[in-house]
Amino acid sequence: MPRLSRDETTPVRFTLNGAPVSGRAEPRRLLSDFLRNECGATGTHVGCEHGVCGACTIRIGGTMARSCLTLAVQAEGATIETVEGLAPQPGRLSVLQEAFRRHHALQCGFCTAGILMSLDTLFLDEPDAGEVRIRDVLGGHLCRCTGYEPIVQAAIDAQSRLRSGNTDV
Amino acid sequence: MKPAPFDYVRAESLDEVLDVLAAEQGEARILAGGQSLLPMLSMRLARPRVVIDVGRIRGLDAVETAKDGLVATAGLRQATLLAHPGLERTHPLLAAALPWVGHVQTRARGTICGSVAHADPSAELPLCLVALGGSVRLISKRGRRRVEARDFFTGLMSTGRREDEMIEAVSFPEAKRETGYAFREFGRRHGDFAIASVAAVVTTKTIEISVGGVDDVPARRAWPRLEGSALDDALNALAWELDARDDIHADQRLRRDLVRSLGRIAITEASQCLV
Ligand code: FES
Ligand code: FES
Repeated sequence: MPRLSRDETTPVRFTLNGAPVSGRAEPRRLLSDFLRNECGATGTHVGCEHGVCGACTIRIGGTMARSCLTLAVQAEGATIETVEGLAPQPGRLSVLQEAFRRHHALQCGFCTAGILMSLDTLFLDEPDAGEVRIRDVLGGHLCRCTGYEPIVQAAIDAQSRLRSGNTDV
Repeated sequence: MKPAPFDYVRAESLDEVLDVLAAEQGEARILAGGQSLLPMLSMRLARPRVVIDVGRIRGLDAVETAKDGLVATAGLRQATLLAHPGLERTHPLLAAALPWVGHVQTRARGTICGSVAHADPSAELPLCLVALGGSVRLISKRGRRRVEARDFFTGLMSTGRREDEMIEAVSFPEAKRETGYAFREFGRRHGDFAIASVAAVVTTKTIEISVGGVDDVPARRAWPRLEGSALDDALNALAWELDARDDIHADQRLRRDLVRSLGRIAITEASQCLV
């Protein structure tokens, strides 16, 4: 039974967007801080740090998760995906990201990384999710700029393109 | 908004968890889904000496059916229970209340037992457990014991769990025949803490109402099948009995009003499921 002391750092290794990463963390280090400060993956944002705003939402083992409500040491061995992994290749946006651009679904962009991760996961898990379900998932995010409506429109647009296979953006 | 330092134990078995709990004498906290504990740590409302991560112990996330109903074991996630086949039929109250627990993103990791252990007065799962007459199974090196839900919640975020104990499982009795169930909640926005929530269990002869978010612990009352102004009077008396308080979300008056109005709506809805 490994016991990690409060003052010592320990190695943490996981897969981030398909590539192995490693770093060191003391037990109290949040995964959100580890991603940003150790991995340099600053696409994941940090707002409230207690699970309310959704800015830090990522995918752990295929499911949506608040990285601020996860310790870095808990992520040992996990498969983690963040907003940096969404674009299919450099210089190209994913269908969902492109729909956000088209519908002006972001202004300052602070909330965007988390919302993209939630919606991307939703469409992977439930390709036929209806608008009620989309709004339910968006209920886990705060956006101070857009008034949410453009985000809903972008999500519906992206989903219909994904379903019809019309992914030209 | 960063946790104070703590030691971290990645437990590989239940025995290890119980050893550490016994050795640390109240200075250890269990980390399962982390959706209640991490905010407490980050806000430094909890400063344990050691955090015991039970997330790697195999077989902790089962849904079992026993004679006292559906048994949710320590690691069972809220999203898993919500997706459990037949839940609407066997546990209509849970099926109605679970979508109100946090957000999609927190339910994906948060556990049933974790919410019960946290015992937030506005949380939906403790309310359902009390409303359904459920129970909590506690385990320690000294053995196991069962506590009825109504005795388990002892005050604001306080429970009858002893320092060396862990919640091994909670049991939710199945829906009974000729009984209607309804859940109602009012919050500032979906996923926020309840300002008030109500669970109603109605039979042809009785009304049971449980209220969350108003007093320190979920409050349950049993009445005969009151109707009309008699029911209004009973709801009003209940609203005044509870220790409603002012906070930044709502004042006591709104909370009392919600007990009356949500209570009425939930009881009506539960009665309609009866026929
Ligand atoms: S920073 Fe994690 S939910 Fe706000
Ligand atoms: S775009 Fe600014 S917070 Fe959402």
